[in-house]
Amino acid sequence: MSSIDLTTVRPAVQAIVHAYHGKSTHLLQMLWRVQEKYSYIPELAIDSLAGELNLPRAQIAGVAGFYSFFHQQPRGQYDILFSDNIIEQMQGKVELMAYMLKKLGVQCGQPRPDGRVTVDNTSCIGMSDQGPAILINGHTIARLTKSRIDTIVDLINYQVTLAEWPKEFFEVHSNIQRKHILLGGYFEAGSALQVMLKKGADLSLAELGHSGLRGCGGAGFKTESKWLICRNTPADEHIVICNADEGEPGTFKDRILMQRYADLMFEGMTLCGYIINAKKGFLYLRGEYRFLLESLEAVLDRRRKDGLLGDNILDTPGFSFDIEIHLGAGGYICGAEIALIESIEGNRGIPRRRPPPFPVTQGYLGKPTVVNNVETFALATKVMVDGAERFNTLGTAQSKGTKLISISGDCDRPGIYEFPFGITVREVLEACGAQEVQAVQNSGAAGYCISPEEFDRRLCFEDLNTTGSFMIFNRTRDLMDLVRNFANFFVHESCGFCTPCRVGTSLLQQYIEKFVSGNGNAYDLQEMATLSHLIKTTSHCGLGMTAANYVQDTMKKFPQLYQKRFKSGSSLSPSFDLDAALNEARKLTKRTDASAHL
Amino acid sequence: MTQYDITIDGQKVSFTEGQTIMDAALAAGIYIPHLCHHPEFAPHGSCRVCTVTVNGRNTTACNTRAMPDQVVLNNTKELEATRRAIVQMLFVEGNHLCPGCEKTGNCQLQAIGYYVGMLTPHYTHFYPIRAVDASHPDVAIDFNRCILCELCVRASRDADHKNVFALSGRGLKTHLIVNSPTGKLADTNFAVTDKAAQVCPVGAILHKRQAFVIPIGERLYDRQPINLVGDLAQSNPQGATTHG
Ligand SMILES: Cc1cc2nc3c(=O)[nH]c(=O)nc-3n(C[C@H](O)[C@H](O)[C@H](O)COP(=O)(O)O)c2cc1C
Ligand code: SF4
Ligand code: SF4
Repeated sequence: MSSIDLTTVRPAVQAIVHAYHGKSTHLLQMLWRVQEKYSYIPELAIDSLAGELNLPRAQIAGVAGFYSFFHQQPRGQYDILFSDNIIEQMQGKVELMAYMLKKLGVQCGQPRPDGRVTVDNTSCIGMSDQGPAILINGHTIARLTKSRIDTIVDLINYQVTLAEWPKEFFEVHSNIQRKHILLGGYFEAGSALQVMLKKGADLSLAELGHSGLRGCGGAGFKTESKWLICRNTPADEHIVICNADEGEPGTFKDRILMQRYADLMFEGMTLCGYIINAKKGFLYLRGEYRFLLESLEAVLDRRRKDGLLGDNILDTPGFSFDIEIHLGAGGYICGAEIALIESIEGNRGIPRRRPPPFPVTQGYLGKPTVVNNVETFALATKVMVDGAERFNTLGTAQSKGTKLISISGDCDRPGIYEFPFGITVREVLEACGAQEVQAVQNSGAAGYCISPEEFDRRLCFEDLNTTGSFMIFNRTRDLMDLVRNFANFFVHESCGFCTPCRVGTSLLQQYIEKFVSGNGNAYDLQEMATLSHLIKTTSHCGLGMTAANYVQDTMKKFPQLYQKRFKSGSSLSPSFDLDAALNEARKLTKRTDASAHL
Repeated sequence: MTQYDITIDGQKVSFTEGQTIMDAALAAGIYIPHLCHHPEFAPHGSCRVCTVTVNGRNTTACNTRAMPDQVVLNNTKELEATRRAIVQMLFVEGNHLCPGCEKTGNCQLQAIGYYVGMLTPHYTHFYPIRAVDASHPDVAIDFNRCILCELCVRASRDADHKNVFALSGRGLKTHLIVNSPTGKLADTNFAVTDKAAQVCPVGAILHKRQAFVIPIGERLYDRQPINLVGDLAQSNPQGATTHG
């Protein structure tokens, strides 16, 4: 890193704080601006922020230290993060990363001595349909190949600025494979708002209820009920938040919606704003989707110009609503609404407050807040224009309409599929051209590992709930790679607040590594089962409660995965190699005789 | 105020609206083991040691509201095993070498370890490398023993209004930090008389020159188990100061 001129830090921070009107809720956004300027968050910037915002410096350091995209040490001028999704590993990520590290002459996680470049890992960046992928200074490059890496290395060594890199490097494909009521058909921005204004808030809400729409973020809460409770909670202000954290490995449906259908999402938020009487909306955009920021801002600007945001929307007196984008900074936990709200408030993304009360009555800064997934808002818009009937005639008894599925892994046609609820796993696999399937990981790392015996189960709330991530593994794959990858994921993503998840995820990883190295045994397996149950039943939030699902599922459905790795001839083996542990003592005492060995 | 009842292990316990299960239990003299809870501060819920079973499901007593007719299980073999595992996790996560710790006998982690029948650490030690901060004239911090309960954070913020402590990092890398540009306690306005200097349940925040005022063997939990004498702070308000 060319050394930075620290005398500029204080005035720079002052300008940044000023740009955000000195509001400490915008701390993450301020830290982003600081890091854009210096490649990291210098200590002096923390002191300056503390002074300007009148906050304890430790609080700011604690926030900066929480998010994986904020760095305490200088990074390279080119900061590269490889997406470490299991599917991308199957696509050659490990080899490509090793190749790049070697060509650049750099160690993983360490800036090159000349300060030119850093290469490191990050959790899934939502590109598994077109991986392996990297983030470079926050921008996405997908479909990596050796030759692409050769070019990237040259561009870095010649210090070519990103703006001059080949444009096609930064192209992100949509890969839409199947459209239905959500993705199909033309949508005219503002048309849903017009329908709603004509109907009025009450009837519009009733229409939403009639459609049967349920949240697409995981829990499947009835959207009408959520909006109604929020609306009926008296407060000086109500808030709308769209959850675009999309952190579950293997999902990218929200990215597609924001890339191609941003109007549907923004209009859904605006409908909600009118119905619950909110003036303010936030889009919480995961840091990994930084590349979408400009295009989304452009859509917001256009909507403001067209009278679809701002004051007196569509010339309706008193209908004011606007949307602000908050960029996340790396942290799967921030997808959990309680943590997400902390993050928008400028705090560490920890699900500190334990409901009840739920955000819908006490959310952002204590105000009643609707948090919905991107897809949920987009669907609400479609319900408004197409009517509830179009929607509730599709799907099953408890799951109406359609669901977007992000498909990646071993199949001919990865990408986005819109299916009516109730479709079987087998039908999905046929549609995407998957053969010889050994397992499907549904709903990401926190989800379920499905074995072929279950392929006739249906995707819907009554049977197999899905958040839309569908990762396919054929018979040539070693599922232990998945197990290991998920173990890593949860160690990295546990927020650290509560003991069982913070420590337990690392303990699980230890046991798994024991199996990977061929040293596991039946006792360890039992220990893993006990530990998994403990993490699941004693953790504070949904992350911990699902952080051992992959262990329980694979142990139950693919027991041979573990059994074939039992250390031969022993049902019990020590958790470390006693003889190897004596090595140092032997060296110190210069003994090589037989009785110095076990 | 209207009184309602819950049962804890079959015993009727009354509570008033707004009280948690922990509040009701403490008032009734029923011990539910806990580390991050302190009645003077808002419930936190991070250590999970106070896990109880309510109507068949696990939850933490400290931040679960008591509701009429809840059936709470506290003293069961299953819960003892659960709590033991959680305490073992805290032991292996840090560096807790009790025989060499000046807090031994006055430490709630150690005392709860005894209470839940912990005989070994069970899991593999992580042996983290953490520096000690002895910069302050009257107080030392041994981060090796910090269990991240945030009691000092809360006390310094809510009682002392000084904000001397905060947490940084994430996951297993979560750690306590001190509010000064150097990161040293000496460079803050922290004082040994602060509430935050009295609340640490383990041997992380230590008062200097007090180490062996009370000899080992005669300390609080050397004499009586924690379920009978309770927290250090309640059993002897000056406990932390004079017992080191
Ligand atoms: C660990 C964790 C991660 C989550 N991640 C997401 C996410 O990335 N996107 C999302 O919409 N919901 C996520 N959720 C669910 C949210 O908490 C919340 O229920 C959802 O955004 C509500 O929207 P909906 O009603 O439209 O489903 C997550 C929950 C947990 C516990
Ligand atoms: S369960 Fe995990 S993610 Fe949730 S609060 Fe506990 S440590 Fe944090
Ligand atoms: S120093 Fe003590 S009081 Fe503070 S967080 Fe650590 S264990 Fe808790």
